[in-house]
Amino acid sequence: MKKVKSLDDLKRMKEGLQANIALREKSEHPEAMTQIKVAMATCGIASGAKEVMDFFITNLAKRNIDAIVTQTGCMGYCYAEPTVEVRLPGQDPVVYGDVDVKKADEIIEKHIKEGELVDGIIPVNYETIDKKYSGGI
Amino acid sequence: MKDISLHILDVAQNSIAAGATRVEISVREKPWLDELEIAIEDNGNGMTDEALSRVEDPFYTTRTTRKVGLGIPLLKHSAEQAGGSFAIRSVPGKGTSLVAVFGRSHIDRPPVGDIAGVISSLAGMNPGMDFIYRHAAAAQGSTGEYVFDTREVKAVLGDIPLSEPAVILYLKELIEANTECAE
Ligand SMILES: Nc1ncnc2c1ncn2[C@@H]1O[C@H](COP(=O)(O)OP(=O)(O)OP(=O)(O)O)[C@@H](O)[C@H]1O
Ligand SMILES: [Mg+2]
Repeated sequence: MKKVKSLDDLKRMKEGLQANIALREKSEHPEAMTQIKVAMATCGIASGAKEVMDFFITNLAKRNIDAIVTQTGCMGYCYAEPTVEVRLPGQDPVVYGDVDVKKADEIIEKHIKEGELVDGIIPVNYETIDKKYSGGI
Repeated sequence: MKDISLHILDVAQNSIAAGATRVEISVREKPWLDELEIAIEDNGNGMTDEALSRVEDPFYTTRTTRKVGLGIPLLKHSAEQAGGSFAIRSVPGKGTSLVAVFGRSHIDRPPVGDIAGVISSLAGMNPGMDFIYRHAAAAQGSTGEYVFDTREVKAVLGDIPLSEPAVILYLKELIEANTECAE
């Protein structure tokens, strides 16, 4: 693999990145892109959350999918770590448990690309992870 | 935790939870002392002396989703198992800093792991925060300390967010290339 050594290469990458972003801004939902949240508490990290996060970052870039990966603390599902929340633009978030690289691949190909839910969803009464347990049943 | 980079990823979560806007992380190899030193410093809301005195105890946590806090006790244990030491200091309203020293050649020292991946993804997933990473490799003739600073990256990127997956991957390669002599 060719090694890059300085931020100069980043300057050269900028044009390509800017073109991608401009394209996104012309799309129907410029503000809402797909968000993937990986739970990053000790329990998640110890059970493989970093590998899952790496897989999403690498493959979203490689497959040129318009989505970002963010992180959150523990969602309270220590028994099902690593857990990942997927939120498509304009839709309710969905939480997957016991996510590994294979499941992550399925989530990209089916859920994110086709809008089809994949096995392994944790049924929860929540609105979003940040407002956990604030919703009714 | 399998390796030291995962401990760093984990303990950095405490800084994020403490509302830090800047986190400074360093990995320093000190072969003359046979040490590998990890330091993390944040400008988050810190801890009182009371909280600090309990932080090394797994049954202390301020989290609400579970009754034990494992991050700090695990790191402390890991450093001590490898013939090293652990220390944490904190000032409420100012921030927290911790240092974990591992015996560099100790048989129980975990590998450093994918530190470039950890630093680049922390930066990309928390684009509103600044991360500064310093790495002092042991290698002879090394050019001294490598410093990675998201403030410089943001100056180059302008309006392109650090959260772009392609940017995170680039930063990972950048850090890797500059810290090749690790371990
Ligand atoms: N950098 C920090 N700034 C402020 N408070 C901290 C910091 N690091 C730790 N703490 C406090 O110490 C407690 C224990 O931390 P520790 O990492 O051991 O467990 P936790 O974060 O609560 O849970 P876990 O790490 O297992 O997900 C935290 O809940 C927090 O209140
Ligand atoms: Mg913690």
